[in-house]
Amino acid sequence: MPKMIKINKGLDIKLLGSAEKTVAEVEIRNYAVKPTDFIGVFPKMLVKEGDSVKAGSPLFFDKYRDNIQFTSPVSGVVTELKRGAKRVLLEIKIESDGKFEAVDFGKAKPNDLQRDEIIEKLLKSGAWPFIRQRPYSVIANPSDEPKSIFIPAFDSNPLAPDYDLMVHGQGETFQAGIDALAKLTKGKIHLNVNGKAAPSKVFTNSKNVQVNEFSGPHPAGNVGTQIAHIDPINKGDIVWYLYPQDVLTIGRLFLEGNYNTSRLIAFAGSEVLSPKYFKTRLGASIKQMAHKNVSDVKKRFISGNVLTGTQIEAEGYVGSYHSMVSVIPEGNQHEFLGWLIPSPKKHSFYRSAFSWLTPNKKYKLNTNLNGGRRAFVMTGQFEKVFPMDIFPMQLIKAIMVEDIDAMENLGIYEVDEEDFALCEYISTSKIEIQSVVRKGLDLIRKEMS
Amino acid sequence: MFRSTFDSIETLFFVPDHVTTKGSHIRDGVDMKRTMIIVFIALIPALLFGMWNVGFQHFRSLGESVSFWPTFWYGFLKVLPILIVTYVVGLGIEIIFAQKRGHEVNEGFFVSGMLIPLVLPPDIPLWMVAVATAFAVIIGKEVFGGTGMNILNPALTARAFLFFAYPGSMSGDKVWISAKADAFSGATPLGDALVGHIDKLPNPMDMFVGIIPGSIGETSTIAILIGAFILLLTGVGSWRILFSTIAGGLFMGLLFNLWGFNDYMNIPAYYHLIMGGFAFGAVFMATDPVTATQTNKGKYIYGFLIGLLAVLIRVFNPAYPEGMMLAILLMNVFAPLIDHYIVEANIKKRLKRAKA
Repeated sequence: MPKMIKINKGLDIKLLGSAEKTVAEVEIRNYAVKPTDFIGVFPKMLVKEGDSVKAGSPLFFDKYRDNIQFTSPVSGVVTELKRGAKRVLLEIKIESDGKFEAVDFGKAKPNDLQRDEIIEKLLKSGAWPFIRQRPYSVIANPSDEPKSIFIPAFDSNPLAPDYDLMVHGQGETFQAGIDALAKLTKGKIHLNVNGKAAPSKVFTNSKNVQVNEFSGPHPAGNVGTQIAHIDPINKGDIVWYLYPQDVLTIGRLFLEGNYNTSRLIAFAGSEVLSPKYFKTRLGASIKQMAHKNVSDVKKRFISGNVLTGTQIEAEGYVGSYHSMVSVIPEGNQHEFLGWLIPSPKKHSFYRSAFSWLTPNKKYKLNTNLNGGRRAFVMTGQFEKVFPMDIFPMQLIKAIMVEDIDAMENLGIYEVDEEDFALCEYISTSKIEIQSVVRKGLDLIRKEMS
Repeated sequence: MFRSTFDSIETLFFVPDHVTTKGSHIRDGVDMKRTMIIVFIALIPALLFGMWNVGFQHFRSLGESVSFWPTFWYGFLKVLPILIVTYVVGLGIEIIFAQKRGHEVNEGFFVSGMLIPLVLPPDIPLWMVAVATAFAVIIGKEVFGGTGMNILNPALTARAFLFFAYPGSMSGDKVWISAKADAFSGATPLGDALVGHIDKLPNPMDMFVGIIPGSIGETSTIAILIGAFILLLTGVGSWRILFSTIAGGLFMGLLFNLWGFNDYMNIPAYYHLIMGGFAFGAVFMATDPVTATQTNKGKYIYGFLIGLLAVLIRVFNPAYPEGMMLAILLMNVFAPLIDHYIVEANIKKRLKRAKA
C-alpha cells in the first residue's frame, strides 16, 4: 500500500503556457555538456576540438574524484570548448552526425550483477552523474552507501512537465533502472508519486520500490520535502536521488548496453507560441525548439523551471538535470506607482495585493524584481511555504553570518537551494536566498572535507 | 555620489526596472513598500480621529460647543506640524545613513514617522519631537545597523526618551488636552484610575469611541480596530501577537478582579483594553515584526506577556499610569531570548532524531 503524505504549506504558482501533451520530434544536431551543471566538479578534459566521439565516449572527468567521468550523449564531432571568465570551461559543444553510434558497455540483467559491477558500469558509461546525494546536492560518491534512494515521480514547480508522459510505455526500461539502483542501497527506494492525480502505471506497478503518495501545493514534488517527510537526514546520513528520465537512461544501459539519454524536454512558458514536448537527448540545443515558436518580445530562456532554473542564451543548451525549458518575458521596465496600485497582472502570495481573490487565474509573470533589496523585516512568512521542521529564517541568518555550528544545528544537511526557492519568491525584502543557501552548503562541504 | 538618494526617489514613484539575476527568475508582486503602505493606511483612521479629538478635547475644556469642521481643523493644525517635524528629521537622518551605507532608504520610517506623533500628547513642543525622533532613529535604530536590526521599537524609543527626559511634558494631568482651561481636569482615565478615582472614569462607550484625553492617536479603540482589521486581513500584522496581547491583558485584569485588593483591581478587565494606549500598542507596536519574536510559538508568549505586564504595571506602579510602553519595550528586549529557547527545542529534537 502506498504511504499517503499530505503537505499543507506551500504555494502553487500558476503560469500561462504549460506544455501540451504532444511530443514533437525534430532533428537536433547541436548538443553540449556543461560542466557548470555539476556542483563542485573541476573538469579535466579528455577530448579536444575536432575529436570524433561516440555516444558514451568520455569527454572529461572530475579532477577531485577521477572515477567520475562525463560522456557524450551523441555521436559526432567536438566542435568547441567554450570558456568563460578565468578560463572556466562552460560548454563542450558536440555536433551530432545523426547516426547515434554508441559505445557498447554490454547488456546485462541488473539482478545478475554485484553492487560494484553495477557501479562500475554506471561510472564507465557516464550515467553515474545522474545520481546525486543530499546533503549538498552534489554527484554521489561511489564509495558511499546511502541509507535510501529517492525518486520524485512528479514535479510541482510552475509549468511543471509531466513525468507520466515522460515514462509512458517504458515500464520495462524503468524497472530495469530500478533493479540496478536497488543494488546500491540496503535501504528502500522511495518512488514518490502525485497523490492529487492518478499516477502512471509505470510508477505504480514498479517493483522493488516503496511508492509514496504526496499531495498538497508546491514544494510537494521537491525531493527535499519528500526526504524530510519520509527519511529525514541527520548529520552523517547520505540519501541519493535521481529523476525518472535518468532512471530510464540507466535502465537502457542494462537492457541495450549503451548510454542512451533519449528523453522528453518540455518547452513551455508564456512566450512560447506552441508549448509542447520535444523528444531529444541530454544537452540538446534549444535553437530548433524555439524556431518560429516564440514571441517577439524581449524574453528570457531558462533551462529548468522559473524558480530554480538557469538562464541560457537563445541558442543555449538544456542543462543535465533539467527536463524543461521556460521562456518568460524580461521585466526591465519601470512601472509608475506600481507598488501603490498593484497591477492585476502580478501574482502575489500576500493578501496585501489582490491576486488571492483569483486563485485559479494563470499569470504571465516577467523577470522584474518587483521591488528593491531590503534588510529582513517581515517574519513568519517563509514558514508558510516551507514544509519542513526547520526554521528557515534562522537558518538563512546563520548562513549569512557563516556560523557553521548553527547551520548544522538548524538542519542545513536536509536542504538545498531549491527548497528555499519559494521563500525567495515571496521575500518582501527581495533577498537572494537560494545563493545564500548554496554559499552555506559550499562552506560546510569545504569544512567537512 | 547621490546614487542612493536617486534610487530612493526612483523607487518612490516607480517599481524600478531591476530584473532578477540569481535564483528565482520570477518574484512576488509585493515588496517592502507595499507592505509598509498597508500599515500606513491602517494608521489613518487613528490619525484622523486623533486630529478631531484634539480639537474636541480642547473646546470641551473651554466649555465651548463647536461644530465638526472647526474642531477637526483645530486638531489638524496641532497635529500636522508634529507630523512634519517627525518626517523631516527622521527621513533626513535616514537618507544620510542610506547614503553612507550605499543602500536605498528603507521604508520602515514611513511607518515610524506616523507612529511617533500618534503616541505623543498634542501640546508637545516641536523641538522635543525633533530631538526624540533623532534619538530614536540614531540610537534606537541606526547604531544597531539600521532597519531590520534594531532591538527596540523606534517609535516607542522616541516616546520613552521624552517620557524620561521631559516628564513634565509627557505625564500628569496637564498635557493631554491642547491649550486646556486651567479649571478643567485633564486627567486621562488611567490617571484617574491610578489615584483611585474610579468613579471619575468615563463611561466605557466614551473610552471605546475615544472621546477621552490622551495621546493623539491612542484614544479611539474603534479607529484602532479598523486598523487592526486591515492589518489582519492583509496578514501584515501578526494575529498571533495581537490576540495573545489582548488575552494577556484580559487574563491579568481578571486575575486582579479575583484578588480585588483595591478599587483599581476591581474595574472590569475589558476596561484595560479600551483605556490608554493598550489597543494602540497591541495593534501597531507589539506587532512590529523587527522587534517582536520571530518564531510563531514565540509570538504567542511575547504577546501574552506584553498584555500581562502592561496591566500589571498600570495597577501596581505608583509612578507611571500607563504600562503599555514599558511592557512592549521590555518584551522587545526579551524577544530574542524567547526565540532562542524555541529554536533550541527544534535543535534538541533534531539531535534526538539523529541518535534514535
